[in-house]
Amino acid sequence: MAPAEAQRTTTLIASIRRRLAFYFPTIAIAAGVIVLWEVIVVVFNIQQFLLPKPSAIFAEFTLQVDLWLAPDERSMLFESSGATFWEAFGGFIIGCGGGILVALITSRWTIVGEATMPFAIAANSVPIIAFAPIMNNWFGITNPASKMAIVAIIVFFPTMINTVRGLTLVDVEQLELMRSYAATPARIMFSLRIPNALPFIFSALRVASALSLIGAVVAEFFGGPRATLGVYITQEAGAFDFAKAWTAILMASLIGICFYLAVLIAERRLMPWRISIRDN
Amino acid sequence: MPAETRDIAISAKGIDKVFNPGTEEAVIALQDINLEVEAGEFISLIGPSGCGKSTLMRLIGDLIQPTGGELLVNGKKPARARLDRDYGMVFQAATLYEWRSVTKNVQLPLEIMGFSKSERQKRAGAMLEMVELGAFANHFPWQLSGGMQQRVSIARALAFDPTVLLMDEPFGALDEFTRERMNLELLKIWQQTRKTIIFVTHSIAEAVFLSNRIVVMSPRPGRITEIVSNTLPYPRDFNTRNDPAYHDLVAKVRELLRDAVGSLAADPSSGQYVSAQGAV
Repeated sequence: MAPAEAQRTTTLIASIRRRLAFYFPTIAIAAGVIVLWEVIVVVFNIQQFLLPKPSAIFAEFTLQVDLWLAPDERSMLFESSGATFWEAFGGFIIGCGGGILVALITSRWTIVGEATMPFAIAANSVPIIAFAPIMNNWFGITNPASKMAIVAIIVFFPTMINTVRGLTLVDVEQLELMRSYAATPARIMFSLRIPNALPFIFSALRVASALSLIGAVVAEFFGGPRATLGVYITQEAGAFDFAKAWTAILMASLIGICFYLAVLIAERRLMPWRISIRDN
Repeated sequence: MPAETRDIAISAKGIDKVFNPGTEEAVIALQDINLEVEAGEFISLIGPSGCGKSTLMRLIGDLIQPTGGELLVNGKKPARARLDRDYGMVFQAATLYEWRSVTKNVQLPLEIMGFSKSERQKRAGAMLEMVELGAFANHFPWQLSGGMQQRVSIARALAFDPTVLLMDEPFGALDEFTRERMNLELLKIWQQTRKTIIFVTHSIAEAVFLSNRIVVMSPRPGRITEIVSNTLPYPRDFNTRNDPAYHDLVAKVRELLRDAVGSLAADPSSGQYVSAQGAV
């Protein structure tokens, strides 16, 4: 019992050590950049409204964390982050869900698919963020739905296009095998086309996870409720409190990274065979 | 004469196949094919590229339809035979589903055909034992060598007990050594199961080693040059390849093929023909 446990502990330590060795260059570069940033700001006496010191940003961030954790206080930063997160997340779910759904429907009826694909590809190259003021008019400037709508439209087209590709780019011989089994179209859809599309869908979702946060924050630049990251950044930058603006940028980055990681974890869960191929 | 017709697995009378009929790209892939295959026979189709051997196999399997002539499989139209799940198919690529484990790949046709779970597991287990991959049931396709993947593909084709096995250059992508081993294994399986096998190949040695009869085909238009009977006794093994009768047969088939290839080389339009075939 005891030796087995000791064995397990040593392998755990070994795996942690291996991971640290693997990530060490990345961590070292990040730390180096922050230190260099601090040194440059101090040495060249750069004004805080041009570039605040990382230590100042960090101090502001810890202040906001303390406010957030204190029972009777409010942290504007964390309230804004929460609001922006829900806008991005809601838009992501609606847009990606809609994209996948429409792709499933159009690939079922080839003619519909062929008719809609050119529109989807054209729409995908339109700067959809330009619709933000229109959405503000439609849904109301302080209504989160106006931001969700922008995010949903932004992520809809790449998701739909990639899903259609995944559903249609199926190996001919795999289709012929299905034919030889006299499989129904529904069966071919579930046993062949959808699993075949999963890698395509997830590569779209990874792009969409980044796009959804960009869409939400930029849409907020066009106006929104006080407690949202986009408005927070514009207001604090306008008031020359750049350390505050930078904490909001930091939060937006953190949320974006969490989004991306969540998609990655879902991908590993749903497509274990892919990951094993890649790791090999 | 019902007793006699029951013994005929495949009967082709005056089969023609024209690709793109009525257009400038019209290609006569097969002309006046007459072939009768008894149940339980092992037939090889051999010939240079563009002779229509794969086309003939695909006609039999109802993957494409003939332009003219009468084709019956087990006394039925090929489409009926396909719906009755009379065909097991094996292609040059193993075409396994990468998201399914080995045993799940073998079970796929059984799932589609509505076998119970216990029956599926029993059959997949037995099939994998037969191709000597019982220990690999829970592996994923990428973890297997090319030869092993092709054995899974054969196990899958036999899992639902079809009467006719259609094999399109199944060992064409394997190295010589693996190929010879696979040949022995296929003969063993054939003798156990007594399936009717249509085997498309480029290899004279393989055709002579495996089959009861060798259908030699030539291109432009694709037709049967000669059907060579092979009376080498079964079971055949490594020693069969040392038998003088084996070498005589190889020499005979090679000579028949040389005539076909020779006329191909003399024809300037052959390149176009081959590309038209390849596009199918």
